[in-house]
Amino acid sequence: MSLKSVTLAAVAAASASAAFAEEVRVYNWSDYIDESLLAKFEEETGIKLIYDVFDSNELLETKMLAGGSGYDVVVPTGSFMARQIEAGAFQKLDPSKLSNLGNMWDTISTRTALYDPGNEYSINYMWGTTGIGSNAAKVKDALGEDAPVDSLALVFDPANMEKLAECGVYFLDAPDEIIPAALKYIGEDPNSQDVKIIAKAEAVLQAVRPYVQKFHSSEYINALANGEICVAVGWSGDILQARDRAAEAENGVEISYHAPKEGALMWFDQMAIPVDAPNPDAAHKFLNFMMDAHNMAAASNYVYYANGNKASQEFLEADVIEDPAIYPDAATLENLYIKEAYPIKAQRTATRLWTKVKSGT
Amino acid sequence: MRRFLLILIPYAWLLALFLVPFAIVFKMALSDIAVARPPYFPQFDWAEGIWVFLAELDFENFVWLTEDDLYWKAYLSSLKIAAISTLLALLVGYPMAYGMARAPEQWRPTLMMLVILPFWTSFLIRVYAWMGILSNEGFLNQFLLWTGVISAPLTILNTNWAVYIGIVYTYLPFMILPIYAALERMDGALIEAAEDLGCSRLSAFWLVTFPLSRPGVIAGSFLVFIPVLGEFVIPSLLGGSDTLMIGKVLWEEFFSNRDWPVASAVAVVLLLLLIVPIVLFQRNQQKQQEADR
Repeated sequence: MSLKSVTLAAVAAASASAAFAEEVRVYNWSDYIDESLLAKFEEETGIKLIYDVFDSNELLETKMLAGGSGYDVVVPTGSFMARQIEAGAFQKLDPSKLSNLGNMWDTISTRTALYDPGNEYSINYMWGTTGIGSNAAKVKDALGEDAPVDSLALVFDPANMEKLAECGVYFLDAPDEIIPAALKYIGEDPNSQDVKIIAKAEAVLQAVRPYVQKFHSSEYINALANGEICVAVGWSGDILQARDRAAEAENGVEISYHAPKEGALMWFDQMAIPVDAPNPDAAHKFLNFMMDAHNMAAASNYVYYANGNKASQEFLEADVIEDPAIYPDAATLENLYIKEAYPIKAQRTATRLWTKVKSGT
Repeated sequence: MRRFLLILIPYAWLLALFLVPFAIVFKMALSDIAVARPPYFPQFDWAEGIWVFLAELDFENFVWLTEDDLYWKAYLSSLKIAAISTLLALLVGYPMAYGMARAPEQWRPTLMMLVILPFWTSFLIRVYAWMGILSNEGFLNQFLLWTGVISAPLTILNTNWAVYIGIVYTYLPFMILPIYAALERMDGALIEAAEDLGCSRLSAFWLVTFPLSRPGVIAGSFLVFIPVLGEFVIPSLLGGSDTLMIGKVLWEEFFSNRDWPVASAVAVVLLLLLIVPIVLFQRNQQKQQEADR
């Protein structure tokens, strides 16, 4: 159990002692919020907040499609959410209950409308890129001075990976993000829905599979920070959190994040309310609370992800708003690509390919 | 009439808790994946009637299973892991059961207690404890490094070794208890007779003790083999990405691929394959009961 979960448990225990008339259940990604916000929400609204975490979109989708999850607010990534909206998993938001909607940032809203036309079902929580985190000293030891830390070649060229295997490489356990990256590396369209194109990713991944120590979507934060591994393909803010944890621990580990120069996936995590949410009213209150400029800024300052809230930007710390790894400059933004949801056939090809690659068969 | 009622209860139990769920899973296995809640098609609709519904079902998912060798590989790999773990559990469990059966009578309840004691702690916590013991910076490696047996940490966690350790540890009581029961019932005079007739202690063990404990060995082996075949928690926590077991494939099909129809088809096939060892086990138990009479 990480220190964070201990604090979470403590928050939960402390709040249990007070009497609450209502409760709201939130299901969010792990390591994805400043926990003091949870206590603040309870204090302001008098609603008991039950906060659970997950680390895979696939798992969340299973819960949403099965129904009866019992959650009032969930946070799927855009491409997954598009499919869940189609399946009827969410309810439309009631703008009259969301007085802070005006705070949202149109640059992001226009992009998220691709997944949720008119942003009727969701608000943006955070957005970021999928890229490469590396331990400067260890990568230099393995590959020399001019290691391509800002290129997909670092993780998809078997010659590099063979040398990196010694110091440890983790990949996200997320086929919908790694397959597009592999396609980008060989010059194919990362957003391709064509089964034949998707299948081309297999050879790229199989070639480096023997050198990947683990496929996991949350353990790499600590593994990078402790110096247990030297490279991780992961999410921007998570890697920046690893950088900060290492700096706090003063263990001499120096982590940096790069969005690959060939192009990086830009994703959007959206807050939405399940169609069968037990307490949609409280869910709206939670969304509105999170859209408050101060609260959203506090969350971003803590997790090192950019948010879709324009008004929050004046309260962001300089090392967040001014870091191009978090808020990319115009040139980098140009280089980012967006992925849509796979149709069913393509999804089966992608996930089957993923199982094959992971199990090494 | 009373007899009829008596039989009715177990059959009603089977119907409600086995046949009905199985029918639901089987129906799902004949459906197609869809973007819907729940994510498969067709859903039963009273208005359209049962025949329209049945006409939409097909065996496509089962055909898909035969076309992809992943499932066979996973099943064979599960068989291998289950067989090796059963053998290891037998090698570790038999001497323990033997020792218990030969211990002074007043100690036996205490020894029995010690075997059952781990069940008082949650299974999940015990498996997590093994993660702490086996990891690269874990207790075992720290200890071996400290004693100087090894100079670099051994990688055990996330390999099949860790899976075997976890399985043998978890299922050991299921092996020990039936063997102990068989050994404890044995008449000690038989050994004395064998030794009087010129057997060495070792051959007395092989010629008398072991054959008499065979029912316990067989029962214990099945009790370990059958659940290990479908084991999911231990390989996913202790095993690596390349540990291939059918339970894990089933989980991935359901949760990662969100392909409920194929997951259901895998579940149906797994059940059919598991029936074979279960029937063998039943037959063995029956023979045993008849022999005891």
